[in-house]
Amino acid sequence: MKVTLFATCIVDLFQGNVGKATVELLERLGCEVEFPESQVCCGQPSYNSGYVNKTKDAMKKMIDTFIDAEYVVSPSGSCAYMFHEYQHIFKGDPIWEPKAKKLAEKTYELTQFIVDVLKIEDVGARFDATVTYHTSCHMTRLLGVKEAPMKLLKNVQGLKFTELPGKEQCCGFGGTFAVKMAQISEQMVDEKVMHVAETGAEYLIGADAACLMNIGGRIERHGKPIKVMHIAEVLNSR
Amino acid sequence: MTMKISEDKFKERVQKGIDNSFMRGAVAGAQERMGTRRQDATDELGNWEEWRALGEEIRQHVLENLDFYLEQLSENVASRGGHVFFAQTAEQANEYIQAVVKQKNAKKVVKSKSMVTEEISLNSALQNAGCEVIETDLGEYILQVDDHDPPSHIVVPALHKNKEQIRNVFAEKLGYQKTSKPEELALHARQKLREEFLSADVGITGCNFAVAETGSFSLVTNEGNADLVTALPKTQITVMGMERLVPTFEEMEVLVSLLTRSSVGQKLTSYITVLTGPREELESDGPEEFHLVIVDNGRSSILGGEFQSVLQCIRCAACINVCPVYRQVGGHSYGSIYSGPIGAVLSPLLGGYDEFKELPYATTLCGACTEVCPVKIPLHQLLHKHRQVIVEEEGKAPFAEKIAMAAFGMGASSPALYKLGTKFVPSAMSPFTEGDTITKGPGPLKLWTDSRNFPAPNKERFRDWFKNREKGGAK
Repeated sequence: MKVTLFATCIVDLFQGNVGKATVELLERLGCEVEFPESQVCCGQPSYNSGYVNKTKDAMKKMIDTFIDAEYVVSPSGSCAYMFHEYQHIFKGDPIWEPKAKKLAEKTYELTQFIVDVLKIEDVGARFDATVTYHTSCHMTRLLGVKEAPMKLLKNVQGLKFTELPGKEQCCGFGGTFAVKMAQISEQMVDEKVMHVAETGAEYLIGADAACLMNIGGRIERHGKPIKVMHIAEVLNSR
Repeated sequence: MTMKISEDKFKERVQKGIDNSFMRGAVAGAQERMGTRRQDATDELGNWEEWRALGEEIRQHVLENLDFYLEQLSENVASRGGHVFFAQTAEQANEYIQAVVKQKNAKKVVKSKSMVTEEISLNSALQNAGCEVIETDLGEYILQVDDHDPPSHIVVPALHKNKEQIRNVFAEKLGYQKTSKPEELALHARQKLREEFLSADVGITGCNFAVAETGSFSLVTNEGNADLVTALPKTQITVMGMERLVPTFEEMEVLVSLLTRSSVGQKLTSYITVLTGPREELESDGPEEFHLVIVDNGRSSILGGEFQSVLQCIRCAACINVCPVYRQVGGHSYGSIYSGPIGAVLSPLLGGYDEFKELPYATTLCGACTEVCPVKIPLHQLLHKHRQVIVEEEGKAPFAEKIAMAAFGMGASSPALYKLGTKFVPSAMSPFTEGDTITKGPGPLKLWTDSRNFPAPNKERFRDWFKNREKGGAK
């Protein structure tokens, strides 16, 4: 099965390990992974700030880059959702709306792809640690992926799972919100870090690098002994 | 503008909210209690999503046919002997009500809880007309006694106060001498309010849903105060937002169920009161004279536009009770009588972007509000739509942001530029980097690194790793 990787700009620049783990994991599960060089950013930062028309060129570039893929897979629920959002943004556009629809139909978040398309719930991973999991808002509420990460984590050997209190609460990232409304964002991430610490877990796992960057950045600042890891890295551990 | 509750700047209001640790504790506790109760009450139905779809359909149908139903409602109220006044503005509504009160030579008005009368600042209009105004909903009464502290929640207006604070307010203003036990506090307010009900000349209520087919209106309460407001004074005035109506009782039943379950997690509230016109022969109580004031105040300009769905709102506050931003800053931070997600959508529409332009940015677009809305208003999308209007139509975005976003748009739309630009990120950031982390970032990044570390860019971009790997053939 051929998978076209939509790595996301955060992974490309800051979280290379997440990209590497995603590639290795998918290959181990029998996929052939390609990475189109022409991919840029999905446009979320400016789109969510209200610059809808100024972001359309970037979206079109992304649609053209991925339109012919068999499957598009991204290690980010939020960015994968953005591909699903394109069809609404281009609503009424005779050329781009149908293209965007076609792209949405084949775009999956990583865990969603493994569980729903590859039909695999045990990836043969081993990870000896106590972990808790942050359910990212866009991935669960907008993309609707709630169960897949749980199913996969449940089958990881050696992994002890502990539920995160207030897991449905946003971590306070929200793209430009984190800097635009920094004073509110700080309070939100503080509550999240407090809940993570309450679980006693050694690792906080998530499926969205942006949320993890936010929560992890605050954990580091507080000097708390909790490590942050993307679910792709956990599933790629043996 | 009358919805405004503070002259402080947005950031100052937010900081006050953040520093008020008691209020934040109360809000977090209330969110958890109400969230659990809401969940239980909606799960109990077994087909909540069908209920929501029905609620949405009813509200959309009413909005699409608003002129027809408003006319039907007016005719039916009039045929029962009621007076109907359609107020285009807050001023017109207040002037009409002032005229009624003056004509009755009224000295005292009792009110049951109503957000639309807050919106039009009816209380101060009545006071200017020489009337004493008494709020009779317990929460509203507490706020009124406390020198007109504004509401911080559309359903639980005094959410930001605890029982000790309420005791102190009662002691100082009412000479209350007992403890802070809620029962004793409530009893004291009840005794005071009984006297007010019996001596009031006019009763004023809001309206949860008016029923077009019969000319009735309903009030959903837990305290029974609305029943006394409508039963005792000789003159009654009901004020409603122009969108708050349903075709028949059948639709009202659906919406009341959605409202009580979403709002307070109850199957029904203690009182659901439906009233039709003034007292008729053989009826033992009710007003001799009934006035219905239908308020537009900016609503008709929302109709037919891209924000129309906000008029579906039934004021349940489920969105406020799940909002992670409201949780941290409380209701007063919004600077409007309408707070939380619904307030952040509605306030700029009714009160203008000049007063409320920050509100659509006070959200992470997490979608929790949209998920719980019982009439399926896409709240997070409307917040995003506001941002688009602010930057693309109003041109109100900060200059630095415009430049940054233009650069982003250019970079992100050109793969060559993106590749070139991102190649130099690590070296550009190296003066700020210690090991693999940035603790003091430049420019806007500083706002991030003031409270959080930021990862240093990888020395090798992922795309370069992938390319090298393909070249080397190493798998």
